[in-house]
Amino acid sequence: MPDVYVVGTDMIRFGRYPERTVDDMGAEAALLALADARLGIRDMQAVYCGNLGQANAAVGQRIMKQIGQTGVPVVNTANACATGATAFREGWIAIKAGLYDLVLCVGVEQMGKGMLGSPKSYAGIPVEGLLGSATMPASFATLGMEHVRNYGTTFEQFAKVSVKNHHHSTLNGKAMYQFETPLEDVMNAEMIAYPLTKLMCSVNVDGAAAAVLCSETKARELGLMSRAVRIRASVLTSDPYTPQNLANQDFNAVTRLAAHGAYEMAGVGPGDIDLIELHDCFATAELLHYENLGICNDGEAGRLIDTGYTALGGELPVNVSGGLLSKGHPLGATGIANIYEVTTHLRDEAGARQVPGARLGLTHVVGAGAACAIHILEKV
Amino acid sequence: MSTPTARVLQPLGSFIKVDSAGNPFLEGVQCATCGEVLLESRRGCPKCAAIGTLEPVRLSETGKLFSYTIVHRSFPGIETPFISAIVELDGGGFLRGNLIGVEPNPAALRFDMPVRVQFDHTQVTGKPDLELLRYVFVPLVGRRPMNVGGNHA
Repeated sequence: MPDVYVVGTDMIRFGRYPERTVDDMGAEAALLALADARLGIRDMQAVYCGNLGQANAAVGQRIMKQIGQTGVPVVNTANACATGATAFREGWIAIKAGLYDLVLCVGVEQMGKGMLGSPKSYAGIPVEGLLGSATMPASFATLGMEHVRNYGTTFEQFAKVSVKNHHHSTLNGKAMYQFETPLEDVMNAEMIAYPLTKLMCSVNVDGAAAAVLCSETKARELGLMSRAVRIRASVLTSDPYTPQNLANQDFNAVTRLAAHGAYEMAGVGPGDIDLIELHDCFATAELLHYENLGICNDGEAGRLIDTGYTALGGELPVNVSGGLLSKGHPLGATGIANIYEVTTHLRDEAGARQVPGARLGLTHVVGAGAACAIHILEKV
Repeated sequence: MSTPTARVLQPLGSFIKVDSAGNPFLEGVQCATCGEVLLESRRGCPKCAAIGTLEPVRLSETGKLFSYTIVHRSFPGIETPFISAIVELDGGGFLRGNLIGVEPNPAALRFDMPVRVQFDHTQVTGKPDLELLRYVFVPLVGRRPMNVGGNHA
């Protein structure tokens, strides 16, 4: 099967744009990515659009009404926080299958402020607070406490994730936030669900990101190989059964399964990866995913954050974009924004936050339900 | 003003049952093929994918604190703080619920501390005709805690 390349990608700055529409933000990101590839919508043979909030409302087609209704197939994806990555992967599959040479993948989301979702009900009765808590912060706090239980990880170690990622986003003009959050500020912020303070929860923002995918033959024909990035692995998993899953969503097993598949497909190991954009929807999650992605042994994640191993300048920088914690987390856009970030480093175009000499990068998203997508990208 | 009428008892979960004497208990299902214990019945076993093999099984009402969080902010209108606990029941099954009878403070909580399921009755605003039957967890220290809401050993 032919190799597939990212030949164009971009994102709009994540932020709060209540006056804009999903179509408009998606269209802007699409045009930016097309311009980055020096191509136009007429060159695209199919469009894959990830959006969650308006999943029943043909967002992809609405974007085409903004930028050119060429009549090509448009597929809308909805797959929790893996929505954007799923759209990207559908594009990859179509080129792998030999159906198309050039496709456009867009992820876009418009979010409200405040707690994500709504209280769960049983027999029409909201049970939040009566049978524990099923909010997203509570779910990830509980998973974090499972790590505390198993390995003695500390509140401070979880908090350091937020310090690091907020620092990283001071170097990213496309992030929602550009301010430092010293450790004491993170630990003394409003407690949401112990051990997660407000600064340890990702920020709900509006945003869009897009990528143009291309077959190798076409990329060579069009002279696009110099800035192309090869997709070495694309893996999507659903949650395998685990007993804890009966009571709390398990984001670990689904990630481990995807990581195993991705390393196998790429023929590389975690030690070969130069940078990672992973799903730090909450500070606890980042430490769990260090182990789930195999960048350290089980139980070592706390030590890894202590040593600066995953900070910019460390051995394996994680979330140099600022991550979901500080760049922001517009659900449907996040997966493709991760692709944009890693691609930008592999092209050596990341400016002040460039991971020097980056050749292989990994992106990871995991959504409730559950769905996990991992991509491994390689500098050509 | 309406006259008081008998309230309808609504268990908050398909695995909360009430016996003929009016005593609540927990009933899950167990897979006849792989032995996995689940809370809610379904067509097939999510662990081994056998279809039609799930049989009712009485769940234990004791277990240990597997994990928890102390919730300080939930959706608007939900009273906080409270401890949202995950309990691993003796004999299988993981259950989420409120842990009461202990300070909502990490210093007061110990992983694997033994707890007991206790049923209680509660109400929600806007549903005056409904008597909700739920469970909470209480620490099981030394002697058995006081029963509330008709639970029996």
